[in-house]
Amino acid sequence: MNVPTDLLYAISHEWLRKNADQATVGITDHAQHELTDVVYVELPVVGTKVDAGQQICVVESVKAASDIYSPAAGTVSEVNAALIQDPALLNTDPYNKGWIFKLQLATEADLSALKSPEQYSEQLSHL
Amino acid sequence: MEDLPKRTPLSAVHEASGARMMEFGGWWMPVQYKGILDEHRAVRSAVGLFDISHMGQLLVGGKDSEAWLNAMLTNDVRHLGDGQGQYTLLLNEQGGVIDDLIIYRIEANSYFLVVNASMIEADFQWLQSRISGHLTLVNQSDQWAGLALQGPRAQDVLRLLLGNQVELPVRNGLLSLPVPNGPVLIARTGYTGEDGFEWFCPANTAALWWNKILDAGHSFEILPCGLGARDTLRLEAGFPLNGSDLSPTHSPLEAGLSSFVKFDKGDFIGRVRLDTERSEGVKRKLVGLLMGEKTPPPRPHYPVFHSGSPVGETTSGSLSPTLGSGIAMAYLPSDMTTPGTPVEVEIRGRRFPATVAKRPMYRRPKTAAAV
Repeated sequence: MNVPTDLLYAISHEWLRKNADQATVGITDHAQHELTDVVYVELPVVGTKVDAGQQICVVESVKAASDIYSPAAGTVSEVNAALIQDPALLNTDPYNKGWIFKLQLATEADLSALKSPEQYSEQLSHL
Repeated sequence: MEDLPKRTPLSAVHEASGARMMEFGGWWMPVQYKGILDEHRAVRSAVGLFDISHMGQLLVGGKDSEAWLNAMLTNDVRHLGDGQGQYTLLLNEQGGVIDDLIIYRIEANSYFLVVNASMIEADFQWLQSRISGHLTLVNQSDQWAGLALQGPRAQDVLRLLLGNQVELPVRNGLLSLPVPNGPVLIARTGYTGEDGFEWFCPANTAALWWNKILDAGHSFEILPCGLGARDTLRLEAGFPLNGSDLSPTHSPLEAGLSSFVKFDKGDFIGRVRLDTERSEGVKRKLVGLLMGEKTPPPRPHYPVFHSGSPVGETTSGSLSPTLGSGIAMAYLPSDMTTPGTPVEVEIRGRRFPATVAKRPMYRRPKTAAAV
């Protein structure tokens, strides 16, 4: 499983790329592999405020719908409209073109609860 | 008490191939191998192979089998010659569906019934309790494995495997193949809307034939396929699924299956309600629903609205890989079942527009080789 070293990870298989007070969020290679073919992404609404661990959007494969959880507290600042036309980007390029949304991180946002690449890889090794 | 899902003779083969497995109707089955979308497309454009060993096989024999079967089932077995099959339904006394199945006449007074996996015991008990003393009914489900080879290239695969001397059956026909480790029965039937064959062989030869068929299909880019693709394919083809679209409370006329109910053959179980429905019309009908573009896929048990009022719920639903949008089935009041009628399907609290569509929503293109 691909686990890039420049990201932080949630236990629920979302990744977060931090850039000052902005973050980009998507799902991991493990998550897309478990989902199988993604056929629909219900994107969050720009301006939505979320807490860490709060359900924020839904990703659907042929057989099931899966909830996606925000790894951090903040406000949704941008969503990846490319996923409307091509939801399969989540499968083919989960860490780049398949990004789902961007967050304006809350001032009190605490990323220390997220996992390092090593810790996430450790989590995957137990599955 | 057996709690674990039952395994088909091919479950080890599936697991060794890396298939994703799940429990379905009490059976441990492959959902997908390469991926549902890839497998679906393979069947539509070339050929795919499914394990259908979980399905059941019942044998009926004896003098007057024909008359008895015509009293138990909705279709007319008098239309069958040797080596011919027909789709038919087993109804309860209220005219609701117990099971849908295909019955083949092997020869006079000898019939082979292929029934749904989840209903094997129920079908057998129902028929056994109603059988005339001189007839025989045997449940041979454990002895048979089944493989479904489906797609426009399916016949090419079989010709390569069997050689040109073997004459393949025509649609709904059944061929008995004299092979060592037989018998092998090959029916030109399927649940995908494509040309194809259902291959029944002794359970202990399942892996042998699975591998031989995959080998023969290699140059045609055959893919092993799971239940995920089986569902998207049959939904596109407009075939109902027992337990979802068919149920003990819905009649076959409500389900749009009147072609498989024959009223000129005498009495059969469930007839009373159907006679009433024939003269008065049905109050609700099973229709296809076609979602608009870019909606979440519809799934079973989603509410359906017409002019803002709830009118039913989906019985089946999925993304249609061929059409690129969601498709579903639902029983709607008869007065809103004209194709094109606008409705809404509620998915996770939001309503999305859909239209009533004629079934099937996919038809295979006619080719010179079509049968």
